[in-house]
Amino acid sequence: MDRRNSIKALVLGTVSAGVVMEACKNAKTTVTEVNMDDRMQEEKDYLVKVNAEPKFFDEHEMATITVLGDIIMPKDEQSGSASEAKVPEFIEFIVKDMPEHQIPVRGGLRWLDLHSFNKHGKSFVTCSHEQQIGIVDEIAYPKKAKPEHAQGVSFFNKMRDLVTTGYYTSEIGVKDLGYMGNQPNMWNGVPDDVLKQHGLAYTEKELKECVSYN
Amino acid sequence: MSDFQVKVAPKKYDAVIVGSGAGGGMAAYVLAKAGLKVCLLEAGPDYDPAKNSAQLKNPWDSPRRGASSKFRPFGEFDGCYWGWEIDGEPYTQTKGSDHFDWWRARMVGGRTNHWGRISLRFGPKDFKRKSIDGLGDDWPIGYEDVKPYYDKIDRLIGVYGTNEGLENDPDGIFLPPPKPRLHELMFKKAATGINIPVIPSRLSILTKKINDERGACFYCGQCNRSCKVYGDFSSSSVLVKPAVLTGNVDLITGAMAREVLTDREGKATGISYVNKNDKQEYQIQAKVVILGASTCETARLLLNSKSQKHPNGLANSSGVVGHYLHDSTGAALGGVIPNLMGRKRYNEDGVGGMHVYTPWWLDNKKLDFPRGYHIEYWGGMSQPSYGFGMGMQGLNGKFQVNGKTKEEGGYGSSLKEDVRFFYGASVGMGGRGEAVPRFENHCKIDPDVVDKYGIPVLKFDCKNSEYEIKQAKHMKETFREIMHEMGAVITWGDSDDASNNYGLSNPGNIIHEAGTVRMGNDKKTSALNAWGQAHDCNNLFCVDGSVFTSQADKNITWTILALSMRTSEYILDQMKKQNI
Repeated sequence: MDRRNSIKALVLGTVSAGVVMEACKNAKTTVTEVNMDDRMQEEKDYLVKVNAEPKFFDEHEMATITVLGDIIMPKDEQSGSASEAKVPEFIEFIVKDMPEHQIPVRGGLRWLDLHSFNKHGKSFVTCSHEQQIGIVDEIAYPKKAKPEHAQGVSFFNKMRDLVTTGYYTSEIGVKDLGYMGNQPNMWNGVPDDVLKQHGLAYTEKELKECVSYN
Repeated sequence: MSDFQVKVAPKKYDAVIVGSGAGGGMAAYVLAKAGLKVCLLEAGPDYDPAKNSAQLKNPWDSPRRGASSKFRPFGEFDGCYWGWEIDGEPYTQTKGSDHFDWWRARMVGGRTNHWGRISLRFGPKDFKRKSIDGLGDDWPIGYEDVKPYYDKIDRLIGVYGTNEGLENDPDGIFLPPPKPRLHELMFKKAATGINIPVIPSRLSILTKKINDERGACFYCGQCNRSCKVYGDFSSSSVLVKPAVLTGNVDLITGAMAREVLTDREGKATGISYVNKNDKQEYQIQAKVVILGASTCETARLLLNSKSQKHPNGLANSSGVVGHYLHDSTGAALGGVIPNLMGRKRYNEDGVGGMHVYTPWWLDNKKLDFPRGYHIEYWGGMSQPSYGFGMGMQGLNGKFQVNGKTKEEGGYGSSLKEDVRFFYGASVGMGGRGEAVPRFENHCKIDPDVVDKYGIPVLKFDCKNSEYEIKQAKHMKETFREIMHEMGAVITWGDSDDASNNYGLSNPGNIIHEAGTVRMGNDKKTSALNAWGQAHDCNNLFCVDGSVFTSQADKNITWTILALSMRTSEYILDQMKKQNI
């Protein structure tokens, strides 16, 4: 196989796998049963088991996560929001997959509601947007935060981590980031303008001995 | 248990091989191509990168976004089944020892499906360390014995690199290397400025096509997932597949070897194994038994193969089996380069690994530790996965973001700006050094514990010595200098000191373990002769990392492959001469 054909075969392979998946969805087969050639049996069994578990977060918790997520990663002129990127769904899965997140997130959500109740007489999600931002501002800046809000800061650090990582590993987030790889291409070295910008250049030896492609 | 029985396969093979990784895969390839009838046993399931690789998947294709799990400690898309722990297959530690981290792959091709493809020949000095510094032992062979095999595997498998004429980092038959990435040019400039050489890396990745069975690299940077077009070396795709295609190999997957069978004279007659799928016991008979189960699994098999003739375990009249266990040393450090913040985007994936590295460049006679290390460099605009963007509050208050000073932490569009700004500015480096093999460092059979198949398990007793600790200290000092020279800000790995052995990895953690069934000329102090043949049993051979008399400041896979090919050709020769 030459390079062009091998890449063509690869891309075709990817496409046909996607088609199989769609077809199976229409036949009401669960997604976990298809396109899992890259998983060993024990992983498939585990995923089926986790997906069969009841939801970890109740509706109120999920609503709070969604509001917080969209405050941390909002929709703006450049890209979509955390909820559009399905970050809340990711957080629901990841706390089941990594149970060490369960208590800090659940307990932190309750801390947030109590703090909100003490301040405004209602839960965080029922507060106005301005009230919500006011609360977030108290816990989003670790160095500025008051000592009595320390637990809120820890909780917000965790939510910032989970929302940010969930967002930037979604299709919307990867596009926002501008990551351009994960596709067949030919590496010909650092673009000339970038080399120039950094005052660097390839040596004669490198240009001679390294591979280049037309 | 009246229905318990052991099924003996009627076919008698020329050779039975345990393990399908670099060592076992190469033995199967050489013997099958020569026409021998081979039975290849693999404890894990079948695996073909063309079908089973997660190559080109996006992070959102994984529910855990590429995070690690016990099934894939190096991440969801990594090409290795299992790792530090396997359900139902425990191992134990001796109290007071350093924890030995034991990586085990269970799949056709073993760890070669995910390894770093760093393919370094050992140099002339690496086979004769005792003659140089008085520590450990010389190998019974020298570079000149192995060189023809390195040449053959360079051609057969393919490796890129450059001939630099270095004394202890021998030239090879190289494909052209890829050009350095931006951060690699920065590392090179900084390091060479303080007399630390940086040269093209040597990885078994096809920058050019070498035959019709394998495609060339298309630069997705995902060699650790294994390659669907076979553009890099995995034993599964490059050795086992063509071996099976000869029609001479019966590959049995799910076959967990229990012991090597011997006859009354003490000769090996085959392997007994439990089939993980049907839970039944089986025996395979063969004229020659070849172990490539991995350094520690091979030792475990031998120690579990006791008989009247071999009361101490097979090939173990010397008592060295399981001993001299040693891994590459490792220490690392990293940070961010302000000049790379807010950088222009382009596809920087490159090959699945570093494009440049630093081979050992100093003279240990002038240092307070006996053996060297090489340096691997990391960085670049790579695909985000779970963990990406975490800890932003530790960065965004420390550097101006697009000219603005910010309060650390935050949220909203401003946080998105921060993530974009710091993307691709992180770099790191790791040292991989040579440890001195010592008798005291060993694994043995735990008398109290069996795995779920009833096979007695290994108990480890390993400790890093002053040699390794001082080497790690030197690594850290070197890394700090390089980071300083390139104007980088260290963000992790800087606080290690004597209290934690300067960040030195646990033994086993670098996954280059070797030495448990070492070769030597003296049968009182070694288990194998210079051909990898047991002193005590002339139709038993080892072909994995267990045979190493000592490591080098190099990754060991290329030498496993070369030695396995050499042993396999010796087996063909000895069978022809009817010596075995």
